[in-house]
Amino acid sequence: MHDSRVSIALLYPELLGTYGDGGNAVVLAERLRWRGIDADVVTLGAGASVPTSCDIYLMGGGEDGPQALAARELSESGALHTAVDGGAVVFGTCAGIQVLGTEFANPDGTPHPGLGLLDVRTVRGTGKRAVGELLSEPLVDGLPTLTGYENHGAVTHLGAAVRPLGRVVNGTGNGSGDGSEGAVAGRIVATYMHGPALARNPALADLLLSWVVGTALTPLDDSEVEELRAERLRFVKRSRWRRNR
Amino acid sequence: MPAALPIRTRLATSAGLAVAGLSRRIGAGEGSVIGGRVLLAVDPGALERLAAGRTIALISGTNGKTTTTNMLAAALAARGEVVTNSTGANLMSGLVTTLGRAGGSAAPAVLEVDEGLLPKAVAGLHPSVVLLLNLSRDQLDRIGEVRIHAQRWRAALEGAPSTAVVANADDPLIVWAAGLARQVSWVGTGQRWRLDAYSCPNCGEQIEWDDAGRWACTNCSLARPSPHLALDGDDVVLADGRRVRVELQLPGWANRANAAMAAAGAETVGVDVGDALSTMGAVAHVAGRYQVVSVADVRVRLLLAKNPAGWAEALDLIRPAPLPVVVGINARIPDGRDPSWLWDVPFERLRGRLVIATGDRGRDLAVRLRYAQVEHRFVEGYVDAVRAAGVADLDLAANYTSFQDARRELARA
Repeated sequence: MHDSRVSIALLYPELLGTYGDGGNAVVLAERLRWRGIDADVVTLGAGASVPTSCDIYLMGGGEDGPQALAARELSESGALHTAVDGGAVVFGTCAGIQVLGTEFANPDGTPHPGLGLLDVRTVRGTGKRAVGELLSEPLVDGLPTLTGYENHGAVTHLGAAVRPLGRVVNGTGNGSGDGSEGAVAGRIVATYMHGPALARNPALADLLLSWVVGTALTPLDDSEVEELRAERLRFVKRSRWRRNR
Repeated sequence: MPAALPIRTRLATSAGLAVAGLSRRIGAGEGSVIGGRVLLAVDPGALERLAAGRTIALISGTNGKTTTTNMLAAALAARGEVVTNSTGANLMSGLVTTLGRAGGSAAPAVLEVDEGLLPKAVAGLHPSVVLLLNLSRDQLDRIGEVRIHAQRWRAALEGAPSTAVVANADDPLIVWAAGLARQVSWVGTGQRWRLDAYSCPNCGEQIEWDDAGRWACTNCSLARPSPHLALDGDDVVLADGRRVRVELQLPGWANRANAAMAAAGAETVGVDVGDALSTMGAVAHVAGRYQVVSVADVRVRLLLAKNPAGWAEALDLIRPAPLPVVVGINARIPDGRDPSWLWDVPFERLRGRLVIATGDRGRDLAVRLRYAQVEHRFVEGYVDAVRAAGVADLDLAANYTSFQDARRELARA
């Protein structure tokens, strides 16, 4: 059992926070507090020195320029690598999956080095930007259907050292042609479900928290979010039906 | 006086306005969109011809377009007839219908323009002045990145050397967008939203603000220009040190900032700033915003907020707890299909009161409120939502299409 407060680091929200990504920190912290576990959200602005002692690190989506700036700051400090070596959990959405990988694309298409924490490589897409509801069947035990929203122009190729988070049912996900969505390696989870992905997927939030706390978590009343999930799943089903008719 | 209109443009205008009028009469809407389409189908060059020889002011930005347009139109109307798209029909069809209504008169036009359309409008209308209000995250499912607007505006204004620009000195994206314009009048608005401009639009490095609100890039030369006119509390301070009190019927800092921008715009076409501000004071509500409607025994004040920067201001205007409030959220095309931005809004500020969540995406709001520890209920339908609040006087705040639905449903009740 984790014996003290859980600290959740929100990395560079002004650079990696285009789509309300900070919501994931709120969701994680509140789900701990509702269970009587103390939680702190440590917001790390650009230029701040990143501590290596936090339990969970969150990286959100960002526009191209800010994303490159965030990648450079993180690779110079090396703090995230140290934290991961020490067993920290990392959750990255959208630009997060790109920055965590070995390389991503600059606005001009040239490669920009990533942090190399995930064996994924991101290149600029050649087709239409992937925008819309992203639905996937999880490939991680114990999770229900994953529902979110994606908005990205890049394509992410998974290497041998990672496995996908899910299999795309609706939307694009990684866009590499194999139907994969997101990437998981050890305690690092990344996804193209952008913004407050954990708000719509409380089971995924609890999975990350259980890695930190070390025990199963007591269930919470998630009926309100279940209604929201049901509504989004119905919406996707309806629009697929209309498209296929 | 505009040059005499060619017969084709006159025909196109009559056809467009007839269709618009018909659309209005059958209750299909304001008619600007369909009317404008007809007009442009008959004469694709109508926009340029209807604009020729006329003083034109364009207003664009993420927030405050409609209000600022109404304010500037009010300031210019003191001198004579003005044509304006005061209800926010800000796409090509709306602009052309508005100008079509002016016909052959030389009346100046004050036009709100969609952010994406501004480059085309600048190139086609040759405006005397363009007001650039602010740029922040909004409808990212369509736009992709806020900065794309700034880039396109920058290029468009570089190519319009005879157009004067009035620009918000406190928004780094706006300052960069106006950076290649020939003549710029900078306005200090005291803008508080900074989340979209921490990385420099010019070089990508970090922008820093000091306690006085001055900002500069830590790497390149982009920095807050010294303003020609600045909002300071309830006053506008002019370059010569003169202070003019801003007394508006519209509430809040954001509307005083809109007034400062409109006053600077009026000045570029020869209206005294003091005169402009005193005329704007009469603007009471703008396309339904701040309007009070009665539903049975309940008086409901309607507030509009479309994106995080707008909501940050709207939350300040909502009457304080413990009064309940109705909040409506949709995610249709004009709103942006993705309501992730709800998590960028500090709804925690609504603690200590009941919030009735409604609209197409009221359930997304309900989940957001749960995590914000705000007491709430999800109620479908605006009339039921208002009734569920259980008080005689309340505020209803909603995003774009939710606001329109609320206005329509409450008016019918």
